[in-house]
Amino acid sequence: MTQPVPSSDRLFETRAHLLQALPGDVATAEIIRGELIATVKRASIVKVATFLRDDAVCQFTQLIDICGVDYPEREERFEVVYHLLSMNKNTRIRLKVPAGEDTPVASLTGVFPCADWLEREVWDMYGVFFSGHPDLRRILTDYGFDGHPQRKDFPLTGYVEMRYDEDQKRVIYEPVKLVQDFRTFDFLSPWEGIQKLLPGDEKAPAPPPKQGGA
Amino acid sequence: MNKALTPEVEIENYTLNFGPQHPAAHGVLRLVLEMDGEVIERVDPHIGLLHRGTEKLIEYKTYLQAIPYFDRLDYVSPMNQEQAFALAVEKLLGITAPPRAQYIRMLFAELTRVLNHIMNIASYAMDVGAMTPFLWTFEEREKLMGFYDEVCGARMHANYIRPGGVSMDMPAGLKERINDWADKYPAMIDDLESLLTENRIFKQRTVDIGVVSQAEALAWGFTGPNLRASGVPWDLRKSQPYDGYEQIEFDIPVGKHGDCYDRYLVRILEMRESVRIIKQCLDKMPSGPVRVNDRKIMAPPRAEMKTSMEALIHHFKLYTEGFKVPVGETYVATEAPKGEFAVYLVSDGTNKPYRCRIRAPGFLHLAGMDAMLRGHMLADVPAVLGSIDIVFGEVDR
Repeated sequence: MTQPVPSSDRLFETRAHLLQALPGDVATAEIIRGELIATVKRASIVKVATFLRDDAVCQFTQLIDICGVDYPEREERFEVVYHLLSMNKNTRIRLKVPAGEDTPVASLTGVFPCADWLEREVWDMYGVFFSGHPDLRRILTDYGFDGHPQRKDFPLTGYVEMRYDEDQKRVIYEPVKLVQDFRTFDFLSPWEGIQKLLPGDEKAPAPPPKQGGA
Repeated sequence: MNKALTPEVEIENYTLNFGPQHPAAHGVLRLVLEMDGEVIERVDPHIGLLHRGTEKLIEYKTYLQAIPYFDRLDYVSPMNQEQAFALAVEKLLGITAPPRAQYIRMLFAELTRVLNHIMNIASYAMDVGAMTPFLWTFEEREKLMGFYDEVCGARMHANYIRPGGVSMDMPAGLKERINDWADKYPAMIDDLESLLTENRIFKQRTVDIGVVSQAEALAWGFTGPNLRASGVPWDLRKSQPYDGYEQIEFDIPVGKHGDCYDRYLVRILEMRESVRIIKQCLDKMPSGPVRVNDRKIMAPPRAEMKTSMEALIHHFKLYTEGFKVPVGETYVATEAPKGEFAVYLVSDGTNKPYRCRIRAPGFLHLAGMDAMLRGHMLADVPAVLGSIDIVFGEVDR
């Protein structure tokens, strides 16, 4: 079987169709770098996912991935990102749903069975609650783990460390002791990187175009 | 107590713990099995015993420092994962690797596919009772890791494929040596098949075990050989080609029944296709640079640094601060030996990724274990587990 190479035409078609069919549920839909990205209202995620799966134009029958992203400065700090794939049309779509720490997102387990573990992972890592999930347990972290490690305010080193204690003959947890300070460097330096936007640049007049490279 | 008065005992379901330290668990998997006698009623895989927080660590490292983490995810197919990350970063930077680098990447991606499949088939055969394939194929693995060694100096954790190309060109003579190996390898697959494909014991353990229908495979998010064994001809190298796969001719082996035996056969055939791709890569490989000629992304050659001050500065800055990636996000999927391995990269314009989500195929394959194993016997657990090709480095991340 030879699949057609994903064309931007089909993405535009899908985007137009989506915006026309679900105007109240899809907040934005744009195509960036050849990828179709739609922001979906939190209440409508199940409706949108079901539509995308069943609609003849879309046919996004496979849920490929669910992940979270943390933006602590936003009012609703998390973004749950869904990646759907249509094997018949050879297109992909990314759905984004904003979520807060205590605002549940409806689970997609009824639409795509494989959402089960993926949602458990987002819950474990970010603490986004999925309502209607049949078995929302932690999945990757230790039994009895406290906190959600991929949040930006969770320290890289964690809070507790584990070791085997010879006296008690069992594994014990202790607060993390670092033998040296956590090393982190500020690299906002004046070296011209790919993007040369430094604090204060917006006030300066635009520089003449430069020759790049060494 | 009078024995005749002992009441009749109802035997209830009981729970059996499989792993986390079990030779057939392929690493550290704990399965909590609810058994009705010998028959499995429910499976609850407990994963995360190898969780190292790769995604979190990458957020604290520069883009270049993140690459070695990808070797350590699925540690039997390192370069395919480096390739996915390199492609994602390249997409955000808006650059493409030079043609020679693309061919080297394809060449090593396919060598890695063989590396992965022989590891899987051999350990799978051992799980179901065949010892010899393990010994034979590890000799081949040793040769392949020799190629890894020649090209990057490490046998497993390569750190070879970088954003903008590969870290260095192939040494002289390697092309001929890989060609020699590719000439001889199909005979090795024949030998392997003579041990397994028509082997009565192997077939008794695998045929009609762990059957996954096409609809189930799609619903559970299967990708790669596991999906193709269920009869779905979907391969990202064909449908969404990257790095020049569109210039290569190869076929996609597809199974019919979706049982453990078909998954084995698909992998055997994929290895034969990989040899075809390797041959074509070697034939068509152009000469030329293997790194983009942009000093802000890839370090200058050693020789230049000895004479040029500017080259020295670039080198220093690249290996301390790293390069900055423009604001944006992208999802890049590649066909890794186990399935769709993808990187969802969010950049905030600094020298470190804001978020690097790793979509590992094994995670969803393992999630399908419960449905696959219901109604099977306890002895089928290693057979099914081995056939879906699980490596905990990528499942737990």
